[in-house]
Amino acid sequence: MTDPISAMLLDNSVEFSLNEVCAACSVSEELVVEIVAEGIVEPAGDRGQWRFTGLALARVQRVLRLQHDFGVNLAGAALALDLLEEIERLRRVQRSSD
Amino acid sequence: MEYKDYYQIMGVGREASADDIKRAYRRLARKYHPDVSKEKDAETRFKEVGEAYEVLRDPEKRAAYDALGTRKPGEEFRPPPDWQFDHGTETDAGVHSDFFEQLFGGLGRGRRGSFRSRGFDTAGQVEVTLEEAFSGTERRLSLQRVAVDERGRPQPTTQQLTVRIPPGVVDGQRIRVPSQGEPGAGGGPPGDLFLEVRLLPHRWFRAEGRDIWLDLPVTPWEAALGESVRVPTLGGRVDLKVPKGSQTDRQLRLRGRGLPGNPAGDQLVVLKIVTPAAQTPADEAVYKEMAGKLRMNPRQAMEGS
Repeated sequence: MTDPISAMLLDNSVEFSLNEVCAACSVSEELVVEIVAEGIVEPAGDRGQWRFTGLALARVQRVLRLQHDFGVNLAGAALALDLLEEIERLRRVQRSSD
Repeated sequence: MEYKDYYQIMGVGREASADDIKRAYRRLARKYHPDVSKEKDAETRFKEVGEAYEVLRDPEKRAAYDALGTRKPGEEFRPPPDWQFDHGTETDAGVHSDFFEQLFGGLGRGRRGSFRSRGFDTAGQVEVTLEEAFSGTERRLSLQRVAVDERGRPQPTTQQLTVRIPPGVVDGQRIRVPSQGEPGAGGGPPGDLFLEVRLLPHRWFRAEGRDIWLDLPVTPWEAALGESVRVPTLGGRVDLKVPKGSQTDRQLRLRGRGLPGNPAGDQLVVLKIVTPAAQTPADEAVYKEMAGKLRMNPRQAMEGS
């Protein structure tokens, strides 16, 4: 039995630099800049000093998977992501009122 | 190993055109993609479909696969002794079946090893109870890995791993387990494992983000006269003062008694007044006395129109 490995909560209490986001997603800086330009995530701080929250990192990863696996462009993947999050929110509301 | 019928997995005939196959793949991807699907075995199905597509979209792989002839899916299968596939390409993230690795795996993986690169990130789901989300927990996970055997061929293996989940996870939360994704190539660092948390339904509590909701049954006299009552919270029982003159659906907030975090969530208590059944003549007498002495018409607003 191996020692437990601590998981990190990807929420608003952790922050990542642009480099860390690129490394975590295995993508170029240009692509992350494009994702920000598309309004998919809004990093804090000035360009060059960007800080991404854990939630933003999870969003970037999800939008990249959608883009890659469905062969859609970033705008399409962003739309799908927004709709998916809305569906998840509604399902949670529905579940909690059951 | 078992033979895989890639045409059957994709739901297309053997004569399907490249366009048919692409269309089938897109349709199945929308159905089973783990980010989109709520099907139970979505992840497994998506990998299976992805593997089938990887073979059937590539004219050379497809021709080699077709040359194996038709067999029953699941039938015991060995590649022909003279099997050679020279067009292995860099393969995508994710674990392929034994069948795929034997036929198309070796060269693709070998090539990837010739340069240094970080391993792919992998994703999964964990289900936790509300109590576990509150206190933190550990989960033992079985991860599908690809290990290289003594002949240099990649073989799927299963690795056990214990992950400590910190307190305060919410439904849909992503957590990162560092360095537990796919191994890197050529001495590169491994990827990370990303888990999505699903909170299991609880008998009493409902979670909304970090806030916890609880319907609390109270008697009419507790609500009317005001009284201190014991209320369960995830952190144990606490006393709550029901304010005098409360009605059903009144919400009371126990600040900081929800899921931990910065800030911690609250517990929201919704009062539900429960009326006693009138089971005996004495019970009925009490209700009749109230009817006579307490003048009340709850439908007054409706009668005005």
